[in-house]
Amino acid sequence: MSATEPKPRIAVITFPGSNDDRDATLALARLGAEPVPVWHAEDELPDVRAVVLPGGFSYGDYLRAGALARFAPVMEPVKALASDGGLVLGICNGFQVLCEAGLLPGALRPNHSLTFVCRDVPLTVERADTAFTARCTKGQHLSIPIKHGEGCFFAGPELLSELEASGQVVLRYEGESPNGSVAGIAGVVNAEGNVMGLMPHPEHAVDPLIGSGSTDGALVLGSFVDAARMATVEAAAV
Amino acid sequence: MRATVLVRPKPGILDPQGEAVLGSLKQLGFAVDDARVGRVVDLELENGDREQARADLERMCEQLLANPLIESYEIELVED
Repeated sequence: MSATEPKPRIAVITFPGSNDDRDATLALARLGAEPVPVWHAEDELPDVRAVVLPGGFSYGDYLRAGALARFAPVMEPVKALASDGGLVLGICNGFQVLCEAGLLPGALRPNHSLTFVCRDVPLTVERADTAFTARCTKGQHLSIPIKHGEGCFFAGPELLSELEASGQVVLRYEGESPNGSVAGIAGVVNAEGNVMGLMPHPEHAVDPLIGSGSTDGALVLGSFVDAARMATVEAAAV
Repeated sequence: MRATVLVRPKPGILDPQGEAVLGSLKQLGFAVDDARVGRVVDLELENGDREQARADLERMCEQLLANPLIESYEIELVED
């Protein structure tokens, strides 16, 4: 990234109970974006073409993880942005919210082990031609931490074969799934390719001094920042 | 009017809570073959009209109380 490249503004939503919003903000800023914090009670978004729904425990995960946050006022403009082709990235709890909101297929259930899992996991990039993985290569191995109690991705047999056939599975756990996800699914995109959710936390793997030293998260978030920059330039040109 | 909504994991959906409960019940010596853990939501409704209340409850379940992809629900209406 050159210093002259424009910094795309990316909204980072904070729900009551979000706790990775600041890490997401720091990571995005480090990767060349201008993060804009947005409180969940806002009923409009600032002028952005990309949004992050961060990790955490919105509304205490009451009822089902993500089930209450999907009704936050800010979700209306998030849905509008998504249907207008804007980029939406849901990380962990954000992924749960997007599934509950119907912006992504499937559902996230309590881990099979019933335990909270917090460790680096090996992942395979299934698709490198998305807005969220363009800095990766297909088949690339990534190491990114997960930390969740409800990350078991579920899709019935029909939906699962649909997702596989249409190439909506973007990231898969290598080896045994750490949470019981069907087909080891760790991250999916919608059919249009502009909304992605993943359980691993790329924002926790951008600095070699933190965690295990992996910076693979920067490949995912960096791709997202690149795409947000392109979307912002395109929107400005219209 | 009062209502009770029962939300259950759909058949075929793995229910780790149910499995844990089953394991503990067996450990206690009970002869149990299966256990599934759901959720109960007790509601006090303002609406006195039974038909309307039922229609509202259906919508509550579809929109919030259950996730139709993985959960089934059952509505019980109790008139005061």
